[in-house]
Amino acid sequence: MKSIIAEDLVKTYDKGAVRALDHLSLDVEEGTVLGVLGPNGAGKTTTVRILATLLNPDSGRAIVGGIDVIKHPEKVREVIGLSGQYAAVDEILTGWDNLVMFGQLYHLGKKQAVARAEELLEQFSLTESARRPIKTYSGGMRRRLDLAASLIVKPKVLFLDEPTTGLDPRGRQEMWGVIQELVKGGVTLLLTTQYLEEADQLADEIAVIDHGKVIARGTSDALKKQVGGERLQIVVEQSHIAQTLEIVSRVSKNPATLDEGMRLISAPVSTGSAALIEALRELDGAGIHPLDVSLKRPSLDDVFMSLTGHVAEELKEEAKK
Amino acid sequence: MRNLQDIFIITRRQILLLVRVPEVLIFSTIQPVMFVLLFRFVFGGSIDTGQPGGYVQLLMPGIFVQTVAFTLAGTASGLAEDMKKGLIDRFRSLPISRSALIIGRTLGDSLLNIVVLTVMGITGYIVGWRPTGGVGNMLLGFLFLLLFGYALSWVGVLVGLSAKDARVVQNVSFIVTFPLTFLSNAFAPTTGMPRALQYFAEWNPVSTMVAGCRSLFGLETEFGATAGSFPSEYPLITSLAYMVILMAIFIPLSARKYARAAN
Ligand SMILES: Nc1ncnc2c1ncn2[C@@H]1O[C@H](COP(=O)(O)OP(=O)(O)OP(=O)(O)O)[C@@H](O)[C@H]1O
Ligand SMILES: [Mg+2]
Repeated sequence: MKSIIAEDLVKTYDKGAVRALDHLSLDVEEGTVLGVLGPNGAGKTTTVRILATLLNPDSGRAIVGGIDVIKHPEKVREVIGLSGQYAAVDEILTGWDNLVMFGQLYHLGKKQAVARAEELLEQFSLTESARRPIKTYSGGMRRRLDLAASLIVKPKVLFLDEPTTGLDPRGRQEMWGVIQELVKGGVTLLLTTQYLEEADQLADEIAVIDHGKVIARGTSDALKKQVGGERLQIVVEQSHIAQTLEIVSRVSKNPATLDEGMRLISAPVSTGSAALIEALRELDGAGIHPLDVSLKRPSLDDVFMSLTGHVAEELKEEAKK
Repeated sequence: MRNLQDIFIITRRQILLLVRVPEVLIFSTIQPVMFVLLFRFVFGGSIDTGQPGGYVQLLMPGIFVQTVAFTLAGTASGLAEDMKKGLIDRFRSLPISRSALIIGRTLGDSLLNIVVLTVMGITGYIVGWRPTGGVGNMLLGFLFLLLFGYALSWVGVLVGLSAKDARVVQNVSFIVTFPLTFLSNAFAPTTGMPRALQYFAEWNPVSTMVAGCRSLFGLETEFGATAGSFPSEYPLITSLAYMVILMAIFIPLSARKYARAAN
């Protein structure tokens, strides 16, 4: 059964001048995780806000937990949890205050709300800071508290809008751990992100969106294959370029490309480090000593490059305008 | 029933915010208290009111009304802050009625007014204010003040939800409330104003509120008003009408705005 269905969602702003969503469709199987991957301005937040009943689309249909979002938003709100792009908790209040208040607004009794708050604080390692105002929390703690607030009534469907944007690597790792635990509990999760790695870690399936449309969708492996998996990148002296191109092409079984300015030769490889070792051995045999060698995992930029033929950076610029 | 409970929880949140940052309460009280003292001692000596008890009798209702008028700014900037932080989105994704949040907030702001008015009343008493209309009338006067603040709070909801920036909200609210409080009979008689302004000042809801409170606190209502004009003859009825009109307009408008906030 599908827990989330979005069909042909259209949302425009400024009297049609900005098309935030342009016939966007997606669905999520019950108990699975969909990663919605896209650059700034792609329409991620707009999608989440529509599915979470905060925004009405101009046209299209959305069903969450079997309930029509546009016709019965109040029923949808009983089964969803939402953690928006910016941690939305009351800065002045303490973590404990926040969770108890939200618990009561979910109509738990006072006792139950307190019990649930304490349980969540424990689960998210926030017990020690529970009595401090949120404004003294770090970014990661804030995010965790925000997530905890969206889990008060154990929602069937959870929306997380860029849950790790702005966190340092450690904070991100922690958040990933927390989310993975949640998913084991069987919640259906729609998560947006700008990082392929994050979608890779957390999602069963990925939908890549750009300009308000889904432009590709599939498992992380399938997408990477589409992008060409990892890339072998080698920088050599000017005089060795021709020979290196030949060797890298042979190892990759794909024509290698050359960035002349950087003297960077690169080609997609499917066998990872094995291909790297093979290439180095051949180069060594030919008496070539590379200046730099790397095996680069496909990034969001690469996915974009291969899907749209332009880089995400350009989109960011566009989004700013 | 549930709805009432939700409103109660939000109101309690407003109180909790005040408890956690007592500075807000302290400064919202210090400002009007300062006004009482400044006006009492700076102008008090030079304005001849011809009333027993002097300027402070006339002044207190004026400052009370001015203070509750600033509820507009308080509600507006509080809501704008919540919007900015995304808190409104969170509240809107909860299974509570959409009006609960704004009703709870307006009620919370009224509770703040009770505290502020009490402190001002005591300060006034210390510097010589003596209401003589009887306890019942005095309480009625405070009820009018609270209701006026409450009605303006709803204007604040609309301002707060419409604003793009919390700092602008403060300014906009002051630009609206300052002229209203000074183009009135609150601090000086309107009879000295040019004819057009005088007309405006007389119908100004701030003036009718001030005149109404003066009468309830046991003073002549006519200080600074053209004798015989409708608003100065019936200040309480006129004020009540203003409040009903304000709420009839701004409650539905604000509720609608909130339901589609940031759409
Ligand atoms: N209230 C609004 N008024 C006008 N345009 C808007 C509004 N909200 C969003 N947009 C536009 O809609 C498009 C999609 O925005 P959205 O916030 O959904 O992107 P996003 O994928 O979440 O981006 P980010 O990664 O920056 O969060 C953008 O071009 C944005 O400028
Ligand atoms: Mg976004």
